[in-house]
Amino acid sequence: MRSLKLPAVPGFDEMIAPGGEVRPHYTSYHDWLLRQDRSLLLRKRKEAELQFHRVGITFNVYGEESGTERLIPFDTLPRVLPASEWSLLERGAIQRVKALNLFLHDIYHDQNIIRDGRIPAEQIFGNAQYQPCMQDVDLPNQVYSQISGVDLIRDGEGSWFVLEDNLRTPSGVSYMIENRRMMMRLFPALFAGLSVAPVEHYPTLLLETLQQSASHSHPCVVLLTPGQLNSAYFEHAFLAQQMGIELVEGADLFVKNGYVYMRTTAGPQKVDVIYRRIDDAFLDPLAFRSDSMLGVPGLISVYRQGNVVLANAVGTGVGDDKSIYPYVPDMIRFYLDEEPILSNVPTWQCRNKDELKVVLEKLPELVVKEVHGAGGYGMLVGPAASETEIESFRARLLADPDNYIAQPTLSLSTCPVFVEEGIAPRHIDLRPFVLSGNEPRVVPGGLTRVALKPGSLVVNSSQGGGTKDTWVLESGEGSTC
Amino acid sequence: MLSRTASDLYWLSRDVERAENTARVLDVVWNLSLIRYAVDTQQEITAPLSITGTWDDYSARYGKVTTNNVLYFFTLDPDSPASIYSCLRQARASAHAVRGKITSEMWESVNGTWLELKEISQTGLQDYGETAFFEWVKNRSHLFRGATYGTLMRSDTFRFLRLGTFIERADNTARILDVKHREEETESDSTVDYYRWHALLRSLGGYEAFREMFSETINAERVAELLILRPEVPRSLLSCLQMLCELLPAIEGEAGLEAKRLAAVQLARLQYGDMEHILAIGLHDYLTDFLRRINELADTIQSEYLELVWN
Repeated sequence: MRSLKLPAVPGFDEMIAPGGEVRPHYTSYHDWLLRQDRSLLLRKRKEAELQFHRVGITFNVYGEESGTERLIPFDTLPRVLPASEWSLLERGAIQRVKALNLFLHDIYHDQNIIRDGRIPAEQIFGNAQYQPCMQDVDLPNQVYSQISGVDLIRDGEGSWFVLEDNLRTPSGVSYMIENRRMMMRLFPALFAGLSVAPVEHYPTLLLETLQQSASHSHPCVVLLTPGQLNSAYFEHAFLAQQMGIELVEGADLFVKNGYVYMRTTAGPQKVDVIYRRIDDAFLDPLAFRSDSMLGVPGLISVYRQGNVVLANAVGTGVGDDKSIYPYVPDMIRFYLDEEPILSNVPTWQCRNKDELKVVLEKLPELVVKEVHGAGGYGMLVGPAASETEIESFRARLLADPDNYIAQPTLSLSTCPVFVEEGIAPRHIDLRPFVLSGNEPRVVPGGLTRVALKPGSLVVNSSQGGGTKDTWVLESGEGSTC
Repeated sequence: MLSRTASDLYWLSRDVERAENTARVLDVVWNLSLIRYAVDTQQEITAPLSITGTWDDYSARYGKVTTNNVLYFFTLDPDSPASIYSCLRQARASAHAVRGKITSEMWESVNGTWLELKEISQTGLQDYGETAFFEWVKNRSHLFRGATYGTLMRSDTFRFLRLGTFIERADNTARILDVKHREEETESDSTVDYYRWHALLRSLGGYEAFREMFSETINAERVAELLILRPEVPRSLLSCLQMLCELLPAIEGEAGLEAKRLAAVQLARLQYGDMEHILAIGLHDYLTDFLRRINELADTIQSEYLELVWN
């Protein structure tokens, strides 16, 4: 049988192997796709856009006059993973989050990993994300990051790497769920023929995780949002509604006699668990930024007394910072006595003189990132930069080497995407969400982000990235459609 | 329920109801202003300004009273807080804030109204057609109410929405009645009277009810009775208070004692009131007193349920 002709791009493609043959787990989807004509795909894409607009699945600022409720571009071709591969990713992501939770508990208590000489003390205590107010605070279950996003990529050979961990307020899970709902609406027959692992029970698992984080049963759980102007507000409202919990803003909560209450029409109601989607710095104007209008005055003092649970905990940022990232494989060995299942991207820490020397020599080939940067900003992509850009970055790097890490430029894997010129490969990544309650759990799949510009490696939605549905095939690798 | 959520629901339905009532008043004014032989156009056209208490705001911005300016001020003027445009923009913002609490049909009705209104404001009132526009506003309000009735679970969400509707409606009915009554005192031409009361009944959807209930010429006293004391008429003050007294005790929790008491007192005053008594006090004084009481109730609902502060 003939197979789909894709424009040639170097690197690993998820569907088509270098020889042109279709990878086994994609066979049935691929054959189905070959039978469809362009007009059907156009029609389905249009239907998806209309539906997303109608339901209002939007991101970015809710600006009334400009009407800027933007859609994240959605691609109607799924990214497919075989069960065997997913099982590896699942175990690897869980292992990593387990180690990171143990690490956070350790550094806020006995600090064994520092005493053992595995991580230099200044890397922890000099880190702006380390929160001294968390020292010796005991959390129920000792879980710091109840909700974690692990960003995964694969290189030109198809090997998996962890690009970064997200332990603060990782977002995107609503798109994982809505993308699946959309695909089932657009292509019901495909789901009838393939056993795609379900993801729509994520809110149920999330609610269980949040309930388990409390010290007693039947806790009152709320979701704390910065408000309608936040770029992820849709997700906050979506998750609160799916879990059947209140979506609160800082002004809805107040602290009295050592407890947190929300203002309700029936009087004050005690709150036990806060799934907060507000950064540490804005949580409590008495403890952190005094100019914050988003938080709740006195919240941290209640938190430290153990009278309210925050998910995720305060101070988790020290675990997902790029300067800590290089130590995660060692953490896994130290706390779990296991070898890491998923590899880190090789990383040079510019704070070390000899590593800086290597980086400076190979600058045009490397990706250099600020250790506290996020969202694809403040970084140098050597191969894509001009000579002047490289030289000006070199000056910044030399002025403050501690502030940078460097990695080889990995060519993220590609996946076929339906774009204007037809079906073409685009670079993708994958963010599975690990929930840490009594037991760590992962919904099969995650959010696949797509760099929609040809050749681009930047998948962030703020920079024109899109998403697609992620299918983990439960059994029989891509049987019949 | 969160007080903020309750507040958004309450104001969502108040704003939709206010838009509908504004359209009702304007529709009548517009039609009367076309019958020039019968009425003093200038007085008709200023009635909405008196009803809503927006004379000062209007004069500061427009100065002279003209039919087109008044109509614009109350329909598509984005800077006038009294305009239908402002009400529906505000309603949409409230609905957006409580999207997770209302049904998708309700959200789509409010959102669709807002999107269409933006298009209409591009077209302009004259090109769209005044009567067509007032009908459109009433229809959108009916649609929202229908979506609420037909799809929303009967919980506090539903109750706070309905609460807003009836507070706003009671206030509006009393205001419209009061202004018409005061106008009537200045003239006594019976033809003019007839048109005025006829128009008033139509604006409050009570014309058919009057015809069915009373077989006599439309007159001030009967219209007042209909719109104050009759439980059969859905926009009467008694109907509004009956609904408020049904809704308030059904809200979960022990809060709102004073609101419940105020509503019950006012219901008793209407239930056991009669026209003779009202006319002895004087209709204007009676309505002024009613407006004071309904606003006190609204303020109490605001402070007891919607902006709770404990310290």
